[in-house]
Amino acid sequence: MRTWLRVLICSVAALVMVFPVYCMVVVSLTPKSELFSSGAHLWPQQFTLVNFTDLFARFPLGAWFTNSVLVAAITTVLSVTVNLLTGYALAKVRFAGRSVLFLLVLSTLMIPTQAIMIPQFRMVTGLGLYGTFWAVILPSAATALGIFLARQFMLSVPDELLEAARVDGAGNLKIFVRIVLPLSKPLIAVMTLLAFMGQWNDFLWPLITLKDPALYTLPVALRFLQGQFDQNYGGLMAMALMASLPLVVLFLVLQRYFVEGLARSGIK
Amino acid sequence: MAVAAPPVPVRSRGRGRRQWGDLLTGYAFVTPNLLLLVLFLFVPLGWAFVLSFQEVGSFGPATWIGLDNYRQLVGDPVFWRTLLNTAVFTATTVPTSVAIGLALAVLLNRALPARGVFRTVIFLPIVISGLVTSLIGLLMFGEGVGIANGVLRALGFDAAPWQTNGPLAMTSLVLMTLWTRVGFAMVVYLAALQDVPRELYEAAQLDGARPWQQFTNVTVPSVRATTLFLLVVNVIWSFQIFDVVYVMTNGGPGYDTSMLVTYAYDRGFGPSHLYGYGSTIGIVLFLLTLALTVVQLRLRRSGEGGL
Repeated sequence: MRTWLRVLICSVAALVMVFPVYCMVVVSLTPKSELFSSGAHLWPQQFTLVNFTDLFARFPLGAWFTNSVLVAAITTVLSVTVNLLTGYALAKVRFAGRSVLFLLVLSTLMIPTQAIMIPQFRMVTGLGLYGTFWAVILPSAATALGIFLARQFMLSVPDELLEAARVDGAGNLKIFVRIVLPLSKPLIAVMTLLAFMGQWNDFLWPLITLKDPALYTLPVALRFLQGQFDQNYGGLMAMALMASLPLVVLFLVLQRYFVEGLARSGIK
Repeated sequence: MAVAAPPVPVRSRGRGRRQWGDLLTGYAFVTPNLLLLVLFLFVPLGWAFVLSFQEVGSFGPATWIGLDNYRQLVGDPVFWRTLLNTAVFTATTVPTSVAIGLALAVLLNRALPARGVFRTVIFLPIVISGLVTSLIGLLMFGEGVGIANGVLRALGFDAAPWQTNGPLAMTSLVLMTLWTRVGFAMVVYLAALQDVPRELYEAAQLDGARPWQQFTNVTVPSVRATTLFLLVVNVIWSFQIFDVVYVMTNGGPGYDTSMLVTYAYDRGFGPSHLYGYGSTIGIVLFLLTLALTVVQLRLRRSGEGGL
């Protein structure tokens, strides 16, 4: 195929992909009066930052951002830590019951969380966690995929390396911290990104488990704002833009890891 | 067993101690994670089965009702409607996103000006949350200030009833879903295309194969495993669709775009709080996912046999 034709097709595809984002940005900068009198324009007659300042004045944006950062960060640290530990044990420590455990983990790969959201909700309520961040964090930290990725990665760490350390008198914990963790940096990067992005963007589970608007994470807050704003897309898009920006920046900086991570979470 | 009788006694003592140590370490390392899995996956899964045989509301004790929930489900026209909707949504989103992803990957696989920019821009929507995607979807397809209708009007067409017409509402959901999925398929295919040996194309060219023939006879069979993987992942995602539906159409008009998960949410967490009935829908979702996984494993195995 001719190069110009390929460039043309790819340009059209890129424009289609950018168009919704462009609309989000433009509408967030359009005054409310213009939106209501003549609808959204692809190029507004007037630009304004009122939609943004109005949001800050009326809603606890700082709290919502802090909530999202806290919840996503704690989930990420927790799930990456327990997954690395489990991955190491399943890949490099020989103990009775190991293969049974691995089979158990594999079997949970097939449980869609949406299918068990009602008993999960009752479990969280029964543990007295309903309405707290832990209700959001703990169930999300239990991921079979993370264990699976960690185990597969650690299988590739050469046994000779670990044996050499063992001869020098190092125990499992020391080997794990001093040798395996430094070698696992790419794995940790990928797992961190996947966990953080998953939790930052999650909507259904926080929607079920959080009740106090002051504790909302960004997606639930957006849904709440949708009710407040009704047809005022200016404010809504301003908030949507701000909620998306951190991940977009992270993505542009660490694109390589995103690509690798998402490809690996798929191709086993 | 033979390993248990080592020739040198000294080593045996060392090995014994190490076995003991490994057992302790193994379980110590696994326990935190196991606790999470048991509390939030295994027990809830068993509990979901139990709930599906009970009538439970937010108040009062649960009563055992045997298979009544399942009987009710089979006779529930709304359930069948949501199942059909989920199937239609899956059948339209999955092949389309995989096919477009492959096409874009092939176009971007060879040298091209600004290739990196194209790749980044097409992949970018993957980091946009389902909720933001849905709100953008409303901005696009809303019947009031919606941009799609603005564009249609500017081009001299009539505005389309994106939210009050069932098939059009479904179309808007499919389009927004494709927007977030196409980039993923493209990136995974780009990785797979790196592994296709150049000699295959050279050989095909020597045989006089045209570009389209090279695509169908070399590219498509070479990335077969990737295609299978993408199909399965996308089918599972489509089956579990929630955010866009909940925010953009809330299942409407009527039940025209209601899906399995939105219906389960509706029953379980709506005003009626039918935990038992909601869990029964969840069990159906689980069994369908399980069946799809088994089909995938079969296909993969037969694929390996055929190679």
